[in-house]
Parts: sequence; structure tokens; C-alpha cells
Amino acid sequence: MSDVLQIRDLDVSFATDAGSVKAVDKVSLSVAPGEVLAIVGESGSGKTVTAKSILGLLPETATRAGAIVLRSKDGASENDVVSVSKEDLRRIRGADVSMVFQEPSTALNPVYTVGWQIAEGLRAHDPKLSRKAGRARAVEILTKVGIPDPESRVDYYPHQFSGGQKQRVVIAMALVLDPGLIVADEPTTALDVTVQAEILDLLRRCRDEFGASIVLITHNMGVVADLADRVAVMYQGKVVEEADALTLFTNPQNEYTKKLLAAVPRIGSRIEATERKAPIDRAAMPVVRARDLRIEYPGRLGRPGFVAVDGVSFDIAPGEVVGLVGESGSGKTTIGRAIAGLTPVTGGSLTVLGTEMNGVRERKFRPLRSSIGFVFQDPASSFNPLLTIAECVAEPLRVHRRDLDQRAVSTRVGELLEAVQLPKAYGARYPHELSGGQRQRASLARALALDPTLLIADEPTSALDVSVQARVLELFAELQEELGFAALFISHDLAVVDILSDRIAVLYRGRLIEEGTGAEVLGAPKDPYTQRLLASLPVPDPIAQAERRRVLADLRSSDLPA
Amino acid sequence: MATPQTTATGSSRRSLWRRLPVVHHLSQSVGIQRGMLVAGLVLTSIFVLTALFAPLLAPYGFSQLRDDDGSFGAQRPPSAEHLLGTTVGGYDVLSRVIWGAQTGLSVIVVAVLLSIFAGVALGLVSGYFGGWLDRILVVICDAIYAFPTLLLAIVMSIAISGGQSSLWGGIFAAAISITVVFIPQYFRVIRAETVRIKSEAYVESAKVVGTSNVRIMFRHVLRNATRTLPLIFTLNASEAILTLAGLGFLGFGIEPTSAAEWGIDLNKALSDVSSGIWWTSIPPGLAIVLTVLGVTLVGESLNDLADPRLRGRRAVSAASGTVAETSVVPGGTLTAGPGGLAGLENEGR
Repeated sequence: MSDVLQIRDLDVSFATDAGSVKAVDKVSLSVAPGEVLAIVGESGSGKTVTAKSILGLLPETATRAGAIVLRSKDGASENDVVSVSKEDLRRIRGADVSMVFQEPSTALNPVYTVGWQIAEGLRAHDPKLSRKAGRARAVEILTKVGIPDPESRVDYYPHQFSGGQKQRVVIAMALVLDPGLIVADEPTTALDVTVQAEILDLLRRCRDEFGASIVLITHNMGVVADLADRVAVMYQGKVVEEADALTLFTNPQNEYTKKLLAAVPRIGSRIEATERKAPIDRAAMPVVRARDLRIEYPGRLGRPGFVAVDGVSFDIAPGEVVGLVGESGSGKTTIGRAIAGLTPVTGGSLTVLGTEMNGVRERKFRPLRSSIGFVFQDPASSFNPLLTIAECVAEPLRVHRRDLDQRAVSTRVGELLEAVQLPKAYGARYPHELSGGQRQRASLARALALDPTLLIADEPTSALDVSVQARVLELFAELQEELGFAALFISHDLAVVDILSDRIAVLYRGRLIEEGTGAEVLGAPKDPYTQRLLASLPVPDPIAQAERRRVLADLRSSDLPA
Repeated sequence: MATPQTTATGSSRRSLWRRLPVVHHLSQSVGIQRGMLVAGLVLTSIFVLTALFAPLLAPYGFSQLRDDDGSFGAQRPPSAEHLLGTTVGGYDVLSRVIWGAQTGLSVIVVAVLLSIFAGVALGLVSGYFGGWLDRILVVICDAIYAFPTLLLAIVMSIAISGGQSSLWGGIFAAAISITVVFIPQYFRVIRAETVRIKSEAYVESAKVVGTSNVRIMFRHVLRNATRTLPLIFTLNASEAILTLAGLGFLGFGIEPTSAAEWGIDLNKALSDVSSGIWWTSIPPGLAIVLTVLGVTLVGESLNDLADPRLRGRRAVSAASGTVAETSVVPGGTLTAGPGGLAGLENEGR
């Protein structure tokens, strides 16, 4: 047999405080030389555990059974990772199999230069390697992964690189010993879409130029369509479907795979509920009006501050949903926080519900807070862990509606939970006893407790799995239609924003570069950055994605110097 | 990923008894960690019980020099009347060791009570509001840290009671001098937790709602910041015992006639050691060591058990356990069992 990796009947269980939990259940997979196998699944499906067990990286609380047979690149040796000794395992790691981690900023040690860290892997396998030779190899591999000016940048520390470049360095570390197999665990999840496209290109080159096989762990169907040759779909610790990429996307067999593919948000797929019955009244006074809004974070002594938002102007009419899109650092979250009065406005004018926010006093703004709801990004941390869901949802009522007695409050909480389709009994539970999607719905209930006229949703679905995300978005659209609040919907995901918003505003480095309806902005983008952003978004369809890749390459070569 | 299914479905909440700090930790410990915790708990409970029942356990009073048969006599070896002999001053050693536990416990209780409220309140205010108040308080606490604990305790002891004192005067002198050192510890821990919790999303969400600062501080921050208090409490308790013994040993403790105190007994037994009299020095010394060891073991075990990464667990076999239900089904499952595909179908309900 010539497979680089063969996993046979792998079982993994973890010891937890509540007894043993099975993460992987009789999984069998194989990877041929030069093949990209994508393992997809939602959180908790066992995909990361499977990947880590390939390198023998499971924590001590895990117990494994089955076989993971790794072949070296030249086919000279075969080892079973499950039964091999620690000594041999160290030899295999790096040389036969290596790993690319999710978060490049934590995978690199901040106190050593990247050159040192690349050479570290070489020295581990060849103690006699000279400092000079190690450095030369590091420079060589950095050149290959596309780091500009590698001779001088080999001596840089990780913080001197951008996120995308850091991920390139991590990939360089994985490649330096020329392994036959690379395990990439969500390699692009922490990166912006435009950077993601570049890293995917690099991974493709890893296969084409280095001849390495890749096991790609991801939850993003677009990434799978872009890179994978073969796909294994995992659900609850089992592989439910395995097929080559083209077959899987065009003709999925398993029910779960079909659901998963259907739940992926696509541009141009607006939820029907948001088709307006009543047109938005643009003549009325806008709920939010920003004119040349400027927000600056103070710098350290003697240094200029950081300008997060620079000269942004927009309006949100009553009952209108405005989507704010941008990559990390574009200032989209800062704008949301400024509207909610969490970040002070330093220049220009921002009027929220008729109150000027530039230089506003908390005492004056507090009464208005009852008309603003806020949904936070991470449902796990936005609830006080010591209060029950009902108590959390009741908090806004207790603060602003002192006139309500205990019974009225609990009736209202019951109504709210019902509105977000959570059973009333869930009110007695603590936040950690709910799943991510349920918590985000409870968060929505809390935001709506006082019947706000404006709702700010800061990346409300980015911490959720796609199928959960689809459900939450649908709920959001239904409630918006029913209650008619205005909303600012902040997201990095163009497709998600397109589903909900009446108008879309694109932010880039603190500036508003394009604004218009979904059809205008996403159908025919005028700004080159929007065009590139749109082209970078991978779609869950291998054929269409290959075409998009070409378009993006053309765009990149024509404009926008990096 | 490790969210166990039982808690996700658990309508039956754990009883209050099972959620108490030490009981909860004991029930989830395993192996050597459990051994350490149990040993610590046994030693600590012996200490506490001895202190509480000292009047019943001790054969004589702590300052008793004679009984109906006349004077005890000095430096008598262990005998049927005096199980651990008598000291150079003519006191019964066993009785003084037992009564000493009571003094030790009083000092711990008073010192911790005095420092915990002030430390927690200052830490909460300082961490939550920040600004110049925070900076001043941090500088003061750092300055106190720079002093050797014992030196500070000696100074306080002299200032409070002139060095020599009665039972409660001595206990308060020792306790207050320890308090000065402890307040910064509680202050720092609570302040650090408060600063961390202040930036948590649930505090921001309370701010967005328009909750007042006082309400945020007590309802959202304080309750989440007190997690580490049992741990510092145990570590401070052992430090209190050592400081009290140190004060006594140096002669700043409580007079032998007003209370039994291990440190001063050790001091008085110094000259006996060279003349082959072991029974006056070893019992109080052992009492100090075992009490500190017991309380420290409890503290260290709590520390390990509170951290999931340090906590040991029983090994499981690879094929055991059920696949945990996770947020795979839209919005999670509503039923207790695995939602599976049926859960997916029922998403609309």
C-alpha cells in the first residue's frame, strides 16, 4: 500500500469531571501521497481530536485505541503512532508529519526570532547542525513560503510580522524537514478573508511543489471547496460521509452533509422574512446619524494615538438594518461600541436617538440606554456565570423598570424566552448549561427586554457553527420584522451581512469606502477593496471556486499594492 | 468540547452541600491529590477540634502550677500525672500544647476577619474604578510587601500593647499585626480578578443596559471575584500561626500566665535542649509544624484542584463513554438524549 496515513478504527475517550466522554468513535481514514484530505464538521464533532492523535498530541486525560499508521515520505519506514515509543514519536514528528496550528500568534514563541524557531526543528533532528547551516535553511524555507526579504527578516521576532505572515512562518516551520504529511488544524480561521485566500494558495503550493499530503481540519465549507481533493464529514465522533470534493458538493449522500451544506450562508440568499412589507421611512429622523465620526484611542505618553475610525458618515433610519462589514482592525466594532456609549467619540458628530455622543455625560445618556439593545460576539462570556438565564434576561428590567414587581418581571422574561424560541424552563438554567446557539438566543432576549428602538449586534454569529448560525440569523430576521427595531449588524462575513441587511457599509482601515444596498455593494462593487474582499470569499462549490480563484489572481495582479 | 452531557441536561442541580468549596474539591479529587487533601483535612480538623474542646481535653489549666497534691515541680520527665512532663516554669506540657491550639485558632479567626473585609472592599473599589486611587493603594501595598512580615508584626505588637500583654490584648496585637500584612494580599487578588472581570462581556452588557456602578460591582463583579478566596484563606491561616509563634519565640507574645502559646513555650525550652530535656521543646514544636503542614496541604490541594489543568482524573478505557452532545444541532438539542438527525429535523418545532 502507498498511503501516507492510514487510520483504522480509532477510538478516543477523555476523562472529565463527569465521567468519560467519547470524542472519536471508530474512525477509519486514509491519505494518499500528494492528496489534500479535508475533515469537516462542527464543533465537538471530533475533527481536531482526530488530527491531534495523528501527531500523538492528545492530553494525558485521553485514552486511545485503534491504529494510526504513518509512512515516511520515501516509504522507507512505517510507524503506528498509537503504539510507538516516545523516543520514536519524537523522531517521527517533524520529519514524517508536522502540524500547522490555528492561531499563528500563539504558535510562535515571542522571545525568539523566527529563524531560531525554524532552526529549532532542524536541530532537534540533527544535533550536529551548525548555526550557520540552520540559518541558511531557515532563509531558504522563508523564501519558499513567500516572505519578502528573507535574509533580514529571518532575524525578526514574531510580533514584527502581520497575522498572515506569521501563518506563513508557521507553515515554513512545518515544511522545513520536508515531511510527507502536514496536519493543518483550522489554518485560516483566525485570519481575514483576503489573507485566508493567500494562505490557501500557499497550502496548495505545499502540495504541488513539496509533494506533501495535507490533512485539512476546518469547519468552513468554502475553504474545503477551495483546497480539498477528498472530504470526510464528521458528526458526533463518526465519519458520516467520505467522498471526493466534487461529488460531495454536487451530490451529497448523507442527510447531515446535506443540512450542513444548506446552512452555509451564501451571498444573495436573503431570508424571506426580511422582504419588507412597509418601506423604510427615510424622511423620519434617523436613529443614528454619524457625520465625520472620528474615534481615536489615546497613545502612550508622547506618542500619537491610534485612529480607529476616521471620518465616517452614515445614517440608520428607524426600522432599518444596516450591515457593517470589514476585516479585523477596520473599526467596525469601535463604531458599534461608540453608539452604545462604551467608547468615547473624539471627533466629528455622532447622534444616537437625538443625543450628541461627542462629549456626552453618562448621567445624561443613561436613560437612553433602555432604548438600545446590544448583542455581544461571544455568547459564552456575555452572561454572568453565577446568574441563571432568567435572572440575566431580567437584569435590564430590574434596572430600568423599577415599577414592575417580581411576578410581572418573570412573566415578561417568559415572553421574551418564548420570543427567541427557548422553552421557559431554560430560564432556571445557568449559562454554561446551554449550547452556544441557545446562549446567543438568550442574549437576543436580553437585548430585546426593554423593546429597544435600536439593536447593535457585534458579530453575533461568528462564534457559532454554521447550522446554528443559520437558525440564529433566521430568528433575528423574524424578530426584526415583527418588532421593527433599527439594527446595526456588524460582521466580517459578507454573506452573513447580506442575508440580513437593507444596506451594507464597507469599512477599510477606519474609513467608509462603500455604502449601498446589498445588490449595489455585493452585486457590482465599485471600490477595488470591496472587489477583492468579495473575490476572496470562498464559495462552497469547487468548480465555481476555481473560477473565483482565477478572478482573484487577476485582481491581485492588477491593483492594490500589498 | 468537554462540556459533559449531564450538566447540559441537568435539571437536578447539585445540592448545596456538594457545592461547598472543600466538599466539592474532595469529591472530585483522585489519587495523590486526594491523599494530600485528606491528610491536610485530618490535621486541620484535629487542630480545630483540639482548640474548641481544649477545656475538656486538657488535664490541667494552661497557667496551673499546682493541684491538690501540691506543686507540679519543674522539668519533670513524662509520667502518669504529667503525660508529657512539665516545663522549666513548672507548667504541664500537654495542657499547654492543647490550650495553645485555642490561642492559635483565635488569632487566625481574628486576623482573617479583620483583613478579609478591608482587603476585599479596597480591592473591589480600586480595581473597578482605577485611576489615582488605584495607583496610590497599589503603591502602599507594594511598600508593605517590601517590609519583612515579622519585623512589621513586632513593630505593631509593641505599638499596640507595649510588647507584653493579656490574653485578648496579645491575640489582638498578633492578629492586627498580621492583618497589616494580609490586607495587601486580599487586596491584590481581588483587584486582579476585578480588573479581569471588568473587561468581560457580561460586565459590558450590564453597562450597556445602564446598570449603576454599585450594582455592577456587587452583583456582577464581586461574586465572580471571590473564587480564589478559600485558597488565600488557608495559606494565610498557616502564615498567621507562624507569625504568632515567631512573635512568641522572640518574646513579643502573650505572657504564659494569660494564655498558652507555642512560640513562647519553645523560647523557654531553649536552654533545656542542651541538657537532654526533650519533652519541653518537641511537643509545641511538633504542634506548630503539624498545624502549618495541615493547613498548607489543604491550601495547596485546593489550588491544584481548582485548576482543571493540574487536576488529576481517573483514566478511562478508549471505547468507554458516550459521544457528547454538542452544539451541532441548530440551537442545540432540547431533549436529554443525543439529538442526532432527529434534532436537526425538529429545528422549527
